[in-house]
Amino acid sequence: MPINMIVCCKQVPDPEAPPAVFKVAGNKMTLPADVKPVISPYDENALEAALRIKEKTGGKITALSLGNKLVRDVIKKSLAVGADELILLEDEAFEESDSWSTAYALATAIKKIGQYDLIFCGRQAADWDAGQTGLGIAEILGIPAVSVARKVEVTDGKVRIEQVIPDGYEIVEVALPTLITVTSELGDLRYAALKGIMAAAKKQPTVWKPADIGLEPSQVGAAGRHSKLNKLFQPVKEAKCEIIEGDSPEEAGANLAVKLREAKLL
Amino acid sequence: MAENKGILVYGELAGGKLASITTELLGCGRKLADDLKEDLSCLLVSDTVGEASKEAIAFGADRVYTVEDASLKQYQADSYMQVAEKLAKELSPRAILMGQTSIGRDLAPRLAFRLGVDLATDCLELSIDPEAKLLMRTRPVYGGNAQATFSSELMPQITTVRTKAMSPMERDDSRKGEVIPTKVEIDASKIRTKIVETIKEEVAGIKLEDAPVIVTGGRGVGGPEPFKTTLKELADILHGAVGATRPPADNGWVPSAMHIGLTGKIVAPDIYIAVAVSGASQHVAGCSGSKNIIAINKDPEANIFKEAKFGVVGKYEEVVPAFTNKLKEILAG
Ligand SMILES: Cc1cc2nc3c(=O)[nH]c(=O)nc-3n(C[C@H](O)[C@H](O)[C@H](O)COP(=O)(O)OP(=O)(O)OC[C@H]3O[C@@H](n4cnc5c(N)ncnc54)[C@H](O)[C@@H]3O)c2cc1C
Repeated sequence: MPINMIVCCKQVPDPEAPPAVFKVAGNKMTLPADVKPVISPYDENALEAALRIKEKTGGKITALSLGNKLVRDVIKKSLAVGADELILLEDEAFEESDSWSTAYALATAIKKIGQYDLIFCGRQAADWDAGQTGLGIAEILGIPAVSVARKVEVTDGKVRIEQVIPDGYEIVEVALPTLITVTSELGDLRYAALKGIMAAAKKQPTVWKPADIGLEPSQVGAAGRHSKLNKLFQPVKEAKCEIIEGDSPEEAGANLAVKLREAKLL
Repeated sequence: MAENKGILVYGELAGGKLASITTELLGCGRKLADDLKEDLSCLLVSDTVGEASKEAIAFGADRVYTVEDASLKQYQADSYMQVAEKLAKELSPRAILMGQTSIGRDLAPRLAFRLGVDLATDCLELSIDPEAKLLMRTRPVYGGNAQATFSSELMPQITTVRTKAMSPMERDDSRKGEVIPTKVEIDASKIRTKIVETIKEEVAGIKLEDAPVIVTGGRGVGGPEPFKTTLKELADILHGAVGATRPPADNGWVPSAMHIGLTGKIVAPDIYIAVAVSGASQHVAGCSGSKNIIAINKDPEANIFKEAKFGVVGKYEEVVPAFTNKLKEILAG
């Protein structure tokens, strides 16, 4: 049975950029222009989960992304690695969404797409780290959801999921349709093959504005938020590191032990 | 609709006792409730709650709602949601506090969306805005590279709190409170997932969360071996535990249960020794509460040195064994 899959992919500033480049200005996060945005890493894991199912069972993958001024080279990576279609909810009105307005718009778009068996999201997005959107979409659609999956398989119309728990994992079974949030243990997103990159270059994403999914601008983005951002700030750190030296690395290591004793840490 | 009042802590049990996160939530919930001059309640859900309800009172609750049902022995979203939704509606608290634990992470977003309200996850600080009487909720964002304070006028204001971010009150068994056994009919037909098997990946020795000393290996240690040799020897002489950053867990060098950080375990030992760890903000999020961070890294520019109190620049293969040997000597007196 071919499976219809939707993978939600968010464009975020590179979360692994050096901490020093993250600067708050006017209640907003700013990064230098040379730090390129990426697909949020857990969303990449989610895409990989879908690709593995497509390989094994067959099916169609639609990547879905919400934002404004999405960088085509970044977001089209989904097509390059093997997604069949890319839909962008792209408009000024979608800016400054919170978890609520993001999940609401994505769920509304998913209803418009209509056919879905599996919806994949990353366990959390690497900008706001809230970890709500996936489970929120499932609530709005009224479908079951399993979070922090490290393995996903489909057999006989059922999904079998390895869900990470504090000291191990659980094997969970659920019927289709269902929503799954994915964690990094599932594995990195594969590299795009040249053929995929060329095919992706020829494809254009479908762009939907709020009206295309039947929403008013007042229901999305900043206007549709449930939370108010009172303040964004960077606490100052005053920690200072004492580097322990030595004539050789071995001696520095031994000196470190002596230092810890002197500092009464032992 | 009834006016929303009071703070409700969603409690968790660990081995039949109140989980430490729940004592932390009660500690901070108590302060918030006192600021509001309102009550603090605690909800405990399991097959049997037992003595934990008395513990919740000793740690600050005015009222404890216990929901017991055989089907609630193990967490499952679709059964636990039935309890959470019903109690949230009946008790109409001003705020619900949950732990940023594996249960809280899964349950809180579902509940917030079910009730159509707002949720702030993984909070580090909570306070009451005196005028609006709203909860000001501060949480790390951008992987810990910034913090943000959020509020919402929608009630209840649901919040999950990071483990070890709040202090419990002194346990006081003479505190008075009320235990209210509460019946919730669990509709089994609404449980759509089935747990087929639970696999424990037990890590031998002292638990990471409780260890006074942690030796953490990063991607730079190069493979699974050093976790069993170089790092373990160092941890052993300090009576500590071995941890890891995310890449060693993702690569299968160590079980995921050893992974420390924003999306792993939160630890706060007296001594945290980071070996071949770059100090990405998402990792530091899980260990910044440590009293003393010590870094060993061959790159003098590594961000971990900005977090550490003491550091050695050098290859860990050379530094760590010498460090361990000298420690042995010192500790032997
Ligand atoms: C949303 C999100 C959540 C995340 N959550 C977590 C989390 O919970 N926990 C976590 O750890 N990460 C998390 N990460 C990943 C994080 O951003 C970093 O990628 C990760 O922490 C890096 O791990 P590392 O320091 O071991 O590896 P690297 O960054 O690769 O650093 C390796 C270090 O080892 C040093 N080194 C190499 N060889 C040697 C040697 N021989 N001797 C001494 N030093 C050596 C190098 O100089 C380098 O500094 C998350 C990322 C995202 C986007």
